[in-house]
Amino acid sequence: MNSKANLSFANLSAILASIAIVMAPHAPHVPKWTVAFCVIGLLIRLFAGWQRRPLPSKWLMVLFALVAVGGVLFSYRTLFGRDSAVTLLLAMAVLKSLEMHSRRDITIVAVLCYFLTITNFFYTQTILTALYSIGAAWLITATMVSLEHQTAPAQWKHVARTSGVLLAQSVPVMLLLFVLFPRIEGPLWGLPRFENIGRTGLSDKMAPGSMSRLSLSDEIAFRVTFQTPPADPRKLYWRGPVLWDYDGRTWTAGERVSLSSFTYESRGAPLKYSVTLEPHDKNWLFLVDLPSSLPRKSFMTRDYQVIAFNPVQQRLLYRAESHPLYRAGTEARQDELERALELPGFAAPKTREMVREWRNAGLTPKQIADQALDIFRTRPFVYTLEPPPLDKDPVDQFMFETRRGFCEHFASSFAVMMRAAGVPTRVVTGYLGGEINPIDGYLVVRQSEAHAWNEVWIRGEGWVRYDPTAAVSPLRIERGLATAVPETDVQPLLRRTQLQWIIEMRHQWDAVTNSWNQWVLGYTQEQQYRFLESFGFSDLSWRDMIIALMVTTGLVLAAFAIAMFMRLGGVISDPSQKLWLRFCEAMAARGIVRKASEGPRDFTARIVEQTPSLRERVQRIRDLYIELRYGGPDRSYRAYAHAVRELRTQIGMLNSSASGPDANA
Amino acid sequence: MPADATLKQAQPRLGRRNGTALSLRDRVGDWIFPPRGAETAPVTLSQRRVYILPTKAGLLFAMTLALMLIGSINYNLSLGYGLTFLLTGMGVVSMLHTWRNLAKLQLRPGKTDPVFAGDWARFTIIAENRGGIYRRSVAIRIGTNEPAYFDVEPGAETNVKVSVPARRRGMFRPGRFRISTTYPLGLFYAWANVELDLACLVYPVPESGEVPLPEARADSGPGNAAGAGDEDFARLRNYHPGDSPRRIAWKTLARVDVFATKLFSGASGTRMWLDYSELPDSLGIERRLSRMTRWVLDATQSGLRYGLRLPGREIALGAGEGQQAKCLEALATFQSKDSQ
Repeated sequence: MNSKANLSFANLSAILASIAIVMAPHAPHVPKWTVAFCVIGLLIRLFAGWQRRPLPSKWLMVLFALVAVGGVLFSYRTLFGRDSAVTLLLAMAVLKSLEMHSRRDITIVAVLCYFLTITNFFYTQTILTALYSIGAAWLITATMVSLEHQTAPAQWKHVARTSGVLLAQSVPVMLLLFVLFPRIEGPLWGLPRFENIGRTGLSDKMAPGSMSRLSLSDEIAFRVTFQTPPADPRKLYWRGPVLWDYDGRTWTAGERVSLSSFTYESRGAPLKYSVTLEPHDKNWLFLVDLPSSLPRKSFMTRDYQVIAFNPVQQRLLYRAESHPLYRAGTEARQDELERALELPGFAAPKTREMVREWRNAGLTPKQIADQALDIFRTRPFVYTLEPPPLDKDPVDQFMFETRRGFCEHFASSFAVMMRAAGVPTRVVTGYLGGEINPIDGYLVVRQSEAHAWNEVWIRGEGWVRYDPTAAVSPLRIERGLATAVPETDVQPLLRRTQLQWIIEMRHQWDAVTNSWNQWVLGYTQEQQYRFLESFGFSDLSWRDMIIALMVTTGLVLAAFAIAMFMRLGGVISDPSQKLWLRFCEAMAARGIVRKASEGPRDFTARIVEQTPSLRERVQRIRDLYIELRYGGPDRSYRAYAHAVRELRTQIGMLNSSASGPDANA
Repeated sequence: MPADATLKQAQPRLGRRNGTALSLRDRVGDWIFPPRGAETAPVTLSQRRVYILPTKAGLLFAMTLALMLIGSINYNLSLGYGLTFLLTGMGVVSMLHTWRNLAKLQLRPGKTDPVFAGDWARFTIIAENRGGIYRRSVAIRIGTNEPAYFDVEPGAETNVKVSVPARRRGMFRPGRFRISTTYPLGLFYAWANVELDLACLVYPVPESGEVPLPEARADSGPGNAAGAGDEDFARLRNYHPGDSPRRIAWKTLARVDVFATKLFSGASGTRMWLDYSELPDSLGIERRLSRMTRWVLDATQSGLRYGLRLPGREIALGAGEGQQAKCLEALATFQSKDSQ
C-alpha cells in the first residue's frame, strides 16, 4: 500500500541506529575488516537517505555480498562455525539495510536486529549486557512503532514512550515464561567446540612462574555456598590437577585413570556445599579434599581428582560432599608409588646431595618430611609474588641461591627433596583460601588463590598432605595472599586491602553478580525444579509446567485485556449524559435514530410524532434530562439525585416496554 | 483528476461489490459473513466484531522468536531465554494494543458531496472515540482502494474522507467497508467490517470538447424575453431565489435595501430549454446525458436561465447553483435504479 511513504529520513536513521547499537558489542571479537565493512555500509545508507541518492545497484550488492562471504572464509576458513555465522549475519544485516526501499524492508531489518541482539549472548551474559540489550530492544521497538504512524511523522517522545510501555507490559509474561517454561537439558544438536578464548585458570603443567602469574588475576574461579558451614572456609584445600612427572623443570599430570570404587577413613561430619564454577575450558572440577559424593556427569581418578565428562565451557553449578579430615590411599599400588619416586638423573644434584644424608641417617618418611620443612623454616626463604627468574637447575638455584619463591617453587623443591630421599611424593595444585562476601555469605575464590602443595605417601597413613608454603609463610594459609606477600610486590588492584571502599563496592557488586549467576544465568532444569519445589510444587512434569504456564499467562493477559477495556468504556462521568445515551440507544433499537443535528427537544418531538403511545414518558424524560443537563447550578444535591433516579426509572420502563406490542412502532 | 484516466484503470472483473473491486480477503470475508445491508448509525465496534490476525511481519517475528528459543536451548543462553520471552510477551501485548485501537470506536456517516463520474467520490465517515485512549493510524478502506488513515484523540471525533473512484452516474452506495489497524507494532491486523448508509450522488461525465449550447428561444412566458444573456446590461428585476449571487446588484442593495438581479441581454438568447428529445438517438443514452451535463454546467456558468426536459421529467426554468444541482441530480438518476 503506502509502503514507500514511510521510509522517511527519521525512520531510516532510527533503523540504522538500531543496527549500529546491536552490532557495537560484536566489534571486539569479529575481524577488523567486518567492523570497517559494517561502519562504511551503514554510513553509505545514511548518506544515500540524507541526500536522496539512489541505492547501490543489484550487481554492486552481489559484489558486496561476495566480499563479505570471502572475508568470512578468509578469516575463519569456514562459514558454519558460530563466530563465522555471527560475522556473516552482521554483514548481511548491513547489506539488507543497503537495499531497504520500503517500510516492509525496514520491518524485516528490525526483526533481524532483535535476532542479532541474542547473538551477543554467546560472548557475554552479564547484568550490563542484559541492560544494554533491553536498551537495544527498546530502540528497535520504537523504530517499529514509528513505522506504524500513518497520519503524520511520529513524535520521537511519543514513540519512545509507547515502546517503553510495550516492553514494560511484557515483563509479567516474560517472568512467567522464564520461570515456568520447561528447561531442556543440554544441546539439541552437537554443541560446536568453542573457539579458544584463552581463559585463565589452572593447567595440568607447573613450571616456575606459572602459579605466580595466575596470582595476578582477579578473575573469579568459583563461588561456594555451604549447606554445613565449616569452621573456616578459607582453610579448605580445593583439589585440582595432581602432578606426577618431573622433567627437571616442569611438573605434568598423570593419565586420568578412573577409580571404580573408593573407600577411605573419614573423621568428623561431612561438609556439604554447592560450587558455581566459572568456565575454564578444562575438565576438572574443584572439590574440597576429600570428596565423598560427586557431582553429576563426573568421575574420580586414582589420585582423587574429580573430572567432568565434558570441558567446563559454561558456568556450572554442582553440589558435592567432602570430608576435610580423612585418611586415604593406605593401600597404594606399587606402580603408583614407584612413579611417585621418579626423578630425572640430572635434576637438582646439590639438593640430592643434601638429602642423601637424611636417607643414610635412617630417618622415617615422616622425619624426612619434617626435615625438609625445617629447611624452609630455618633458612632465609622468602615467600614472594615476584621471584627472581631461575635459569639454571630451578630447584638447586632456588634452594641455595635465590631462596625467594612462590608456592610452586616450594612445592616443587619439596617434592624433589622427598623423592630424592626415597619418599613417594606428588604435587597437587588447586586453590586455597578465598573471601567470604559479607553481603550474601558466599565464599569467592579467585584465580589469585591458586596454590600448589604436596602429598606424601606414608605407610599406614596413606597420602598425607604437606604444605611447604605454610612452613615459610604461615600467613598465606592463615590470612590469605594479600597479607602474606611483601607490600612492595605487584598485586591485583582489587587485592590492595588499604582501599576499604573499593573492597566494600567489590563485595556489593560480587553479591549482585552472584545472584544474577545463580538465579538468571544458572536457572537450569535443576534450579527450576528446586525453585518450583520451594513453592510446594514437586515432581512437576513438563506437561504440568506447560499447563501452569498457559493458565497463568492467560490470567495475566485477561487482566490486561480487562484493564484496557475499562479505559475504552468512555470518559463520560455525568450520569444524566449516560442515561440520555441509554435512552438514545433504546430509541435506536426501535428504529428511531437521533441525528447528529438533533437536540433533545427536536429528537423527542420526532419520537412523539412517530410513536404517540410514548408521548408522556418521552416528554417526561426530555424534561428531566434538560433540567439535569442544562438546569441552573442552584439545585440541591437531593433534588438532583432524585431527578437522576426518576430519569433512570423512566428509561428503564421504556426499555421493558420495548419488548411489548408497540416495539415495532 | 482527469476523468478518462480514472476510467481506464484496470480492474479485476471478479469480486466486485456495487462497482467496487474487492480484495481476496474481502471476498472470503463476504463469503463467510455475507453483507446484511446498512446498519443503524452510530455503529459501535464492539469487541466481538473486531477480528484480529497476525500480519506477515507478525509471522516473521514469530518465526524469529522460535529460532531464538531454539538457539537459547541449544547454547543454554539464559539471557537468550529472557530476551525471547520478553519479545514474546511484547508480541502478545501488542496484539491487545492493536485490538483496543479499534474496539469501541463509533462510526456514523457524514455528509458526502456529489461528484462527476470519473472523479473520486469522497465519502465522509465520522469516527468518534469515547474512550480514554488515543486511537492512532486507523485505516478505512473501501474495496481495493487506498485506505484513509486517521487518528482520534480521547473523547473526540474526526471526519474521515475515504476516496473511491466513482465510475458511473447514479447514486453510488459503496456498501460494506473495512476499518482496520496494525498499530502499534504492525505485527497484528485488527479489522471490522461495517456497512453504513453511505451514498454519493454521481453526476454524468460532462462531455468534453466544443459543445455549443442549444439555441435559446423566446418563450411564450411573460416578462423576461430579453435580459438573461451576459453581453450588455439590460435592466434590473426583482431577485428570485436561485439567481446567481454574482448577478445581484449589490450597489442597489446598499442604496435602497432591495434585492435586485442584474439582467443582461446576450447574443445567445435569453432562456433556454435543454431537451433530451432534441438530441439524436444515435448518441445513446449516456452520451446524451453527458452532453446535457456539459450544457447545464455551461449554462450556469453563463448565468442563463434554463430548464431541463428529460423523458418523464421536467425541471422548470431557473438559474444559478440551485438550478444546476437540481438538473444534475435529474441527469444522474435518470433511468437508473437508486444505486448503480
